Amino acid sequence: MMVRITIDGQIVHVKRHTPVLEAAKQLEIFIPTLCYHKALKAYGACRLCVVEAFRNGRSKLVTSCNYPAEDGLVVFTATDRVKTARKGIMELLLARCPEVPQIQQLAEKMGIKAVRFKKKGDRRCILCGLCVRACEELVGVSAINFTSRGTEKKINTPFGIESKVCIGCGSCTYICPTGCVEMVGGGSPSDGRSMNMGDLALAGCPNNYECEACEIDREFIEEFKRVVKDVRAKT
Amino acid sequence: MISKIKTPSDLEVLRQAILSRQDPNKQVLRVCCTTACRAGGALDIVKNFKEELAERGLQDKVEVKKTGCRGFCEKGPVMVIEPEEIFYSEVKPKDVTKIIDYTLLDGRPVKRLLYTDAETRKKITNEKDIPFFGKQVRRVFSKTGKIDPTQIQDYIAEGGYRALAKALTTMEPEEIIEAVEASGLRGRGGGGFPTGRKWRACWEAPGSARYVIANGDEGDPGAFMDRSLMEGDPHSIVEGMIIGAYAIGANEGFIYVRDEYPIAVEHLSIAVEQATSLGLLGKDILGAGFDFTIEIERGAGAFVCGESTALMNSLEGRVGEPRAKYVHTVASGLWDRPSALNNVETWANVPLIIDRGAEWYASTGTANSKGTKIFSLVGKVQNTGLIEVPMGITLREIIFDIGGGIRKGGKLFKAVQTGGPSGGCIPEHKMDMPVDYDSLKSLGAIMGSGGMIVMDENTCMVDTAKYFVNFLMSESCGKCVPCREGLEQMHEILTNICEGNGEAEDIALLERLSSLMMDTSLCALGGTAPNPVLSTIRYFRDEYEAHIFDKECPAGVCRNPGIIRVTEFGCESPLRFYEYCFACPQFKDGCPDLSLSRTMLEGKRKLVFSDKLDSEDTVNAKEFHCLKPLSYFEKSRNTCGRQGKCREEGLLVDLLSGKKELVHSGTRLKKS
Ligand SMILES: Cc1cc2nc3c(=O)[nH]c(=O)nc-3n(C[C@H](O)[C@H](O)[C@H](O)COP(=O)(O)O)c2cc1C
Ligand code: SF4
Ligand code: SF4
Ligand code: SF4
Ligand code: SF4
Ligand code: SF4
Ligand code: FES
Ligand code: FES
Repeated sequence: MMVRITIDGQIVHVKRHTPVLEAAKQLEIFIPTLCYHKALKAYGACRLCVVEAFRNGRSKLVTSCNYPAEDGLVVFTATDRVKTARKGIMELLLARCPEVPQIQQLAEKMGIKAVRFKKKGDRRCILCGLCVRACEELVGVSAINFTSRGTEKKINTPFGIESKVCIGCGSCTYICPTGCVEMVGGGSPSDGRSMNMGDLALAGCPNNYECEACEIDREFIEEFKRVVKDVRAKT
Repeated sequence: MISKIKTPSDLEVLRQAILSRQDPNKQVLRVCCTTACRAGGALDIVKNFKEELAERGLQDKVEVKKTGCRGFCEKGPVMVIEPEEIFYSEVKPKDVTKIIDYTLLDGRPVKRLLYTDAETRKKITNEKDIPFFGKQVRRVFSKTGKIDPTQIQDYIAEGGYRALAKALTTMEPEEIIEAVEASGLRGRGGGGFPTGRKWRACWEAPGSARYVIANGDEGDPGAFMDRSLMEGDPHSIVEGMIIGAYAIGANEGFIYVRDEYPIAVEHLSIAVEQATSLGLLGKDILGAGFDFTIEIERGAGAFVCGESTALMNSLEGRVGEPRAKYVHTVASGLWDRPSALNNVETWANVPLIIDRGAEWYASTGTANSKGTKIFSLVGKVQNTGLIEVPMGITLREIIFDIGGGIRKGGKLFKAVQTGGPSGGCIPEHKMDMPVDYDSLKSLGAIMGSGGMIVMDENTCMVDTAKYFVNFLMSESCGKCVPCREGLEQMHEILTNICEGNGEAEDIALLERLSSLMMDTSLCALGGTAPNPVLSTIRYFRDEYEAHIFDKECPAGVCRNPGIIRVTEFGCESPLRFYEYCFACPQFKDGCPDLSLSRTMLEGKRKLVFSDKLDSEDTVNAKEFHCLKPLSYFEKSRNTCGRQGKCREEGLLVDLLSGKKELVHSGTRLKKS
């Protein structure tokens, strides 16, 4: 079913429940995102993509990457309230990950100079969860996941031990926006590939498949290629 | 084994049979045996009673019943003797013989075990005469403390499952939803969402399979009303869920119980088992052609798992993290199917509404908040415990009449914190506000699940806000940026303020951070986390300002390890000495007189004026060039009875050695 929604005064027709972010893209309206990827399920964690949605005469801030389009929805993407919220979120991120180029660039693009909050170290991972979802949804192995809560939250393998299910495909490396998952070349082909994620080591392919013949690889290779292309086109 | 109940009249026959078996001349000892009282030895009390009664051949004249919580857990273990209705508190297993000798055989109460009124010091025999119970209206809690929660017969004898029979055989599903709507029942778990409206939305949502879920994850620190209900009257929750499931069209239900509540899990499991064996759960319930089963799940152990979407994720076997709710859970909840999630107390209200009618139910309460609510009253009040009160009662009545006011010690009441960790603090001058969803909200607090923490004048409100923010910070799931990062920043700002390192802009920064978190957090944990901060700024801004500008904690709670406040000096002399030196140009350049002074202060060496008397523990006055230290040692210390053996000189040493910093404030030191 197609619905009609209005974004910043422009009308667009999209399928019902299309994320507002996608609808905005059709209108070439820029909305900053850090945890969204078209090939993955929306996660709604960075909150940077907030927009102001009006329904039944009331407005509220919603995240456009997972807010479903309904008929008659009216959205504004650059009100003062939206700008203040995005600026606040970027400041919090800058305090946590001041050295990450992507964050710096985005902050610059959004015109943020001073940070009101105290610096909280120089973490690289922004906990966007793209790697986790890529591994679960595209690769289908769930070799990595979040552990702990709050600011202690980390990406890790189950129980923190070298993963037996990681196939060393590198999807997580490609998709990670901050470059904190690195691929390190293995010694011989039979070692497979292995990944470095901060201080986390992921084992290579447990079956010692040759990559060309890798069955697991083949299953997701089409998705994977698309993701890689997509990510590369962005950077 | 009783045979299955197939029709409402089967149920009535069973109820009459149970009632006729009860001997009105038999004495009944109702001993609370749930968590708090059990920890105090309630099970041993019951065991001793049973053994001694048997020894004396009284087992047929006296019945001992293990009941649920009466709410007065602080005074546990508690018990009631019927028909005399004698209330005993703080009973010990060794008191059993005395109770049998005095009360059961001789009709006299054991004075020592009676409740003593805090003000009049009078002994009170009857439960209903104790002020703590006097103003309560016990409806949801009417059976806990009375029945044995592991015996379905007890529940049925008290009218249990009558509402279920009425609903299933005389009402259409929509009529039930209409009744719940008309009753004005709102969620007891936090948000206060109208239950009827939730059910209707779930009933109307497209899809074949749907679920009902009871939230028993109770994670608020200090709150235990849901635990008591699950332990003390599990069937009321089960009955409410069956009625709700029938109304909505669900055939499966889940009760999600906090992992730390083993007795609740046990009692609920027994309840489900017994209801199933009687045919009140399972296939074709009461011949109405309706099937329903209930599964009990143990919580994943995190506070955030009580949040509706996190709870559903957890039930699905995923990480207990909240997810977006833009499509409501009533339409797409558990396994993306329509799901009605309610708090266990909400469910336990449903049988009351069906049994006695929506009109009766709605006659209690205020315009937009109906019925009664269970609160967990804790903190600096005389009587702490669980209380059930009608909506609309004032905070003053709760705290002063039921709670008996502030504990002995002559302290003044300062504020009450309602609604759990993300609630707000309400000051003295708002105590006459009625307790309902909307007025609490207008005060910047919330009803929440019913936590109520009373604070006296010795409580620092900035420190209180910091405490709750710290709790929420460690419970934030860390998924979204504003909550994960915002709470840590908020905690740091509050810590700085408490330690005397606050800055002028901090209050404004806290307010801006709060509005960011409320506006953009994914779930209500982050969205309501600023409440304790905003409400304390709203009512106790002067305390924030005292910390920030005067470096002073008016309640005397906060300490900064790195500073000494002027007010900490009980004696002015060393202070004047230090301040004088502090202003002197020599101070920074390592003044030799000052280091000499330090050696005197640290070694407690004496000042002498003659060459001959020089020794290990003296310093000669002529070694000084400057008169200031001399005047202190000569005029103050030498003439003072304490001769330097005082706390003040220790403070002076800390200041002179640079270990600590002197902080001035608006209020100057008082003379001791
Ligand atoms: C962080 C967080 C924790 C919660 N914990 C609980 C809880 O322990 N028990 C509960 O019943 N509701 C809890 N809730 C509220 C639930 O999300 C939900 O609103 C409630 O269970 C719905 O039932 P009700 O309408 O009967 O209140 C919590 C909410 C949040 C945001
Ligand atoms: S390299 Fe390993 S962890 Fe990364 S996406 Fe592939 S399987 Fe998952
Ligand atoms: S490792 Fe990279 S992709 Fe994964 S959560 Fe961190 S920043 Fe995101
Ligand atoms: S608001 Fe806090 S608890 Fe809720 S999803 Fe975000 S980080 Fe998790
Ligand atoms: S002892 Fe005298 S000279 Fe030295 S700092 Fe104090 S006032 Fe100045
Ligand atoms: S010794 Fe006497 S004068 Fe000196 S600081 Fe102590 S109390 Fe004051
Ligand atoms: S892109 Fe929408 S929340 Fe991150
Ligand atoms: S546990 Fe016994 S009175 Fe509450």
